[in-house]
Amino acid sequence: MDSLTLLLILDSTVRLAIPLLLACLAGLYSERAGIFDIGLEGKMLAAAFMSGAVAFTSGSAWLGLLAGIGASVMLSLVHGVASITFRGNQLISGVAINFLAAGLTVVVAQSWFGQGGRTPQLTGDARFEPITLPFADAISAQPGIGPIYQELLSGHTSIVYIALLLVPVTWVLMYRTRFGLRLRAVGENPASVDTAGISVVRLRYMAVVIAGVLCGLAGAYLATALQAGFVKDMSAGRGFIALAALIFAKWRPWHALFACLLFGFLQAMALRPDVIESTIGISVNGQLLDALPYILTVVILAGFVGKAIPPRAGGEPYVKER
Amino acid sequence: MNELPKWAEVVLVPLMSLLLAAVLSGLVILAIGESPLGAFQLMVQGALGSTYGWGYTLYYATNFIFTGLAVAVAFHARLFNIGGEGQAILGGLGVAFVCLYIPWPHWSLAIVGATIGAALFGAAWAFLPALLQAKRGSHIVITTIMFNFMAAALLNYLLIGLLKPAGSMDTATAKFPPATHLPSFQDMFSTADNIMFRGAPANVSFFVAIMACIAVWILLWHTRLGYEIRAFGHAESAAKYAGISPTKIIMISMMISGALAGMMAINNVMGEAERLILGSVEGAGFIGIAVALMGRNHPIGIFIAAILFGFLYQGGAELALWTAIPRELIVVIQALVILFTGALDNMVRMPLKKLFRLFRRTEPAGV
Amino acid sequence: MTNPAPALELIGICKAFGPVQANKNISIRVMPGTIHGIIGENGAGKSTLMSILYGFYKADAGEIYVAGRKTLIPDSQAAISAGIGMVFQHFKLVENFTVLENLILGAEDGFMLGKSISKARRLLKSLSEDYGLDVDPDAKIEDIGVGMRQRVEILKALYRQADILILDEPTGTLTPAEADQLFRILGRLKDEGKTIVLITHKLREIMDVTDTVSVMRAGEMAATVKTSEVSPPELAEIMVGRKVLLSVVKEPATPGPKMLEVRDLKVVDNYGVERLKGATFDVRAGEILGIAGVAGNGQSELLEALAGYRKATGSVKYKGNNVDLSGVVSNAMGRRTDGIAHVPEDRQSEGLIMDFMAWENIALGYHLDPEYRNGMLIDNGAIREDTNQKMDRFDVRPQASQLEVKNFSGGNQQKIVLAREIERNPDLLLIGQPTRGVDIGAIEFIHKQIVALRDQGKAILLVSVELDEILSLSDRIAVMFDGRIMGERDPKETDEGELGLMMAGMTRGAA
Repeated sequence: MDSLTLLLILDSTVRLAIPLLLACLAGLYSERAGIFDIGLEGKMLAAAFMSGAVAFTSGSAWLGLLAGIGASVMLSLVHGVASITFRGNQLISGVAINFLAAGLTVVVAQSWFGQGGRTPQLTGDARFEPITLPFADAISAQPGIGPIYQELLSGHTSIVYIALLLVPVTWVLMYRTRFGLRLRAVGENPASVDTAGISVVRLRYMAVVIAGVLCGLAGAYLATALQAGFVKDMSAGRGFIALAALIFAKWRPWHALFACLLFGFLQAMALRPDVIESTIGISVNGQLLDALPYILTVVILAGFVGKAIPPRAGGEPYVKER
Repeated sequence: MNELPKWAEVVLVPLMSLLLAAVLSGLVILAIGESPLGAFQLMVQGALGSTYGWGYTLYYATNFIFTGLAVAVAFHARLFNIGGEGQAILGGLGVAFVCLYIPWPHWSLAIVGATIGAALFGAAWAFLPALLQAKRGSHIVITTIMFNFMAAALLNYLLIGLLKPAGSMDTATAKFPPATHLPSFQDMFSTADNIMFRGAPANVSFFVAIMACIAVWILLWHTRLGYEIRAFGHAESAAKYAGISPTKIIMISMMISGALAGMMAINNVMGEAERLILGSVEGAGFIGIAVALMGRNHPIGIFIAAILFGFLYQGGAELALWTAIPRELIVVIQALVILFTGALDNMVRMPLKKLFRLFRRTEPAGV
Repeated sequence: MTNPAPALELIGICKAFGPVQANKNISIRVMPGTIHGIIGENGAGKSTLMSILYGFYKADAGEIYVAGRKTLIPDSQAAISAGIGMVFQHFKLVENFTVLENLILGAEDGFMLGKSISKARRLLKSLSEDYGLDVDPDAKIEDIGVGMRQRVEILKALYRQADILILDEPTGTLTPAEADQLFRILGRLKDEGKTIVLITHKLREIMDVTDTVSVMRAGEMAATVKTSEVSPPELAEIMVGRKVLLSVVKEPATPGPKMLEVRDLKVVDNYGVERLKGATFDVRAGEILGIAGVAGNGQSELLEALAGYRKATGSVKYKGNNVDLSGVVSNAMGRRTDGIAHVPEDRQSEGLIMDFMAWENIALGYHLDPEYRNGMLIDNGAIREDTNQKMDRFDVRPQASQLEVKNFSGGNQQKIVLAREIERNPDLLLIGQPTRGVDIGAIEFIHKQIVALRDQGKAILLVSVELDEILSLSDRIAVMFDGRIMGERDPKETDEGELGLMMAGMTRGAA
């Protein structure tokens, strides 16, 4: 494999890892606060549709992004009402949200655009354009660092940089601020937060809404940056891979980045079976590569690669003790 | 007592949830510029207005009975099996192997073999998630989701390679031999001058589904194993005190669950397609969740809920045919049913409880 | 002369849960710089009162004054700002946080944590020096012991500048040494001018450390007296009121052959902690061996190991035969067929399935019984019939076998468990906390049943944390402490004092 192919694969690794990363961080906020979220997939899908639709209608990718976030946060609130206010089963609520998004996006898209459950092709400002980082062209000729800078680091859309920036931001927020301390505490032992005079319900709602915003970003990225418009079921299981990455990362932000890059790399490789064959000399089945993130997750869950211990109060509605 | 009377629990709560889901779906239909009432009439007409419609409704219902029972059996052991989809895919594989590689003399024998094959393959796909839950505490919800994706990838792999007949362009197996073709309702109920269920896919496996309902009812409430499953599901520590092994119950109930989901394949693969094609499960594994929740995990409830969802499915197809409302509306309704019967159960229940308390206050107090 | 205002004063506090009046017109004055004890039996309403003080419940009526000012406490935040700190019986700590992180949680200075952490570190140092509250600031809670966790809880309250410290049953899970250390700390805090409210049901603690004591009984405040002016028997009398306590009429035992021989039984729990450190004792036919001890000293593990569903090492002989101690859950079933019945300590989570109907619970553990079998199937009709008979003989009310057990009272729930276990005429009965949360009428009935079983020549192993229950029922008493049997005593030749010492890990000779 030549270096240019490698660069191209790494570049597509980043592109494919970004929606995973955003959804994974969304899950991190929610689950760290003790709310399981298997509805990442649905929120992403809803956001993808809304952002695609509004971006097309308004001609602005940024307005689309806002609308996408709005749609995702709405679903987050449904999840919040079900699992925080009414102390329902968080897993069932997540399943419901996934189906709600899968159904509503197509129904609304069909009635809005009449193109069989998709939005029209986005062009121009309705899409996020790649940003060329400073000096990218100037140093591209430089051997080694030049192409890496130009191909790999430069030339992504703004959402990519936002997502990457969110990793350190999340880390600082989680481990160095009051908000993070309380958020982690509420996912471990909500009674400790409650007896300290802080509202468990408010904290959990905040976490759920943040998860909504991040899934909104992920969905908007799918429809207005990675691709040009919404198509039916375009989240394609990414919400579940993100969940897998979150478990793989043991609910930690930096590890989440690496897990998502790994899964992104697997997805990128699955698109280039020719490269795999020429590199390692055997033809690896594409379906196997597709299934690899899921297989990896099961192996991790089985505890063969260190035990993944979720936040202790995860999945349990908080009921004040007598 | 802060409890609802039994009849309200069994009848009123699911009905309220359904009503809420219906109202919201009606609003969606209204929002996209169609008439909810007209849509409902069309659905009733299309799904229940003819034996043809019924033939489709019952065909879908057959799938949902199997997957609904699958989810319910696991639920009774307090296990949430989201893996019905994958287990049903594997069940299809089992049916395909049985039908393609064993020379059956007659369908009545073939269906027995296919049922066993489907059940074994479905159970096998539930085996590993169950084992990991029992022995390593790996969350069964996540593992079964992962196994759904793996099942899809596996089927895809087999259908573009191993199982595809030479020269075929379809991602499908060869047609099953005629001796394995199951009698459809048309074959069974038509007379010479009165053709019923013409062209509809409902077939004899509907009756297998009914037998499965009865079997599950007997299992859960009239066998010692069923007692153990329910005891474990209600209180693990009490089950341990009673000498009921958690590992055993997790393994057995998940394998039964997987087997039931797999058995769906005798309907959609053997009865309808008569070959194994990609994506033939069509989300029925997931609908099982809605069906089980709505049917309150009881076979009778599941039977009714499955018919209801069969009606929605067939009615939804009719809607898509005659109006601008796409089939995915059904997915919305399904989502709302899961939401209200599963996650927002307390919300539905609360006003009902208040109502009953109001009534009770006028009666003399007593235990 | 002007008296200082009380640090805390409650006037006419009332609180009802449905028909149950948990607090009836409670009034109490706690003077600053004192240790004020509140004593009462389980269910006397102590916890409810504290929950009201900490803003968990809203009182139906009544007023709260803190340092002479009328104070409303709608939530925990209000309690904290009023200077009330609470140390709960079950600690409210985040296990995977450090001590410092737990300390500042909810009381942070500013959005970034850096400042709070360094402030907490400084303050922690001075607090440990002032009060002898030694803790490692950077240790994770999951790595430290119970005593230290409790100190963290006290520090949490002090960090929030609490002037009034409420401790709810603080010694329930402490070793005697840890408890002594706690009381020394409380003394120091009192000397520094803090006000302490100590809630407990242990007379000894009240006598040892408090200045004043209030006695609660059945939701009411029965009396408030100076500790120095009252004797333990007097307090006990106020506490139990007119309750006719535990005068069990029983003939002397006529012990038969050894039914159960336990030798060097050890149990290691799921976290690798040795809970039972070599218990050795015998139980003979026709006698009741009472195991006394503070909760959490290995009694639960002892019962579970003997009942078959917890792994243990050592040797146990039943009727002279070795018993399988591998802890395979199905062993619990085998024990029953061998004639060993078990009434577990916690009937709500172990002994009964609350959502099951009474008749379904009668089959729990006996569901494989051939009598309940009809070919391949379970014979629900036979179970129901059997249930009706058992409920009748044990006078379970209401006698409704189709009612879910969660709808029965505590006493009737316990009768259902006892009916299931005793009516099968076991040769050995393991029984834990037989009257916990049971009303007085049912207590008497349950005690009679236990004695009657003994008189039929059966062996009974009784585990109870209620010393008077042990004293009045047992034919022999073994005291457990820290996973070991401290010694055996004849109930006629011992008293609460000696047993209490043994429960604290001391013998009279050594003390």
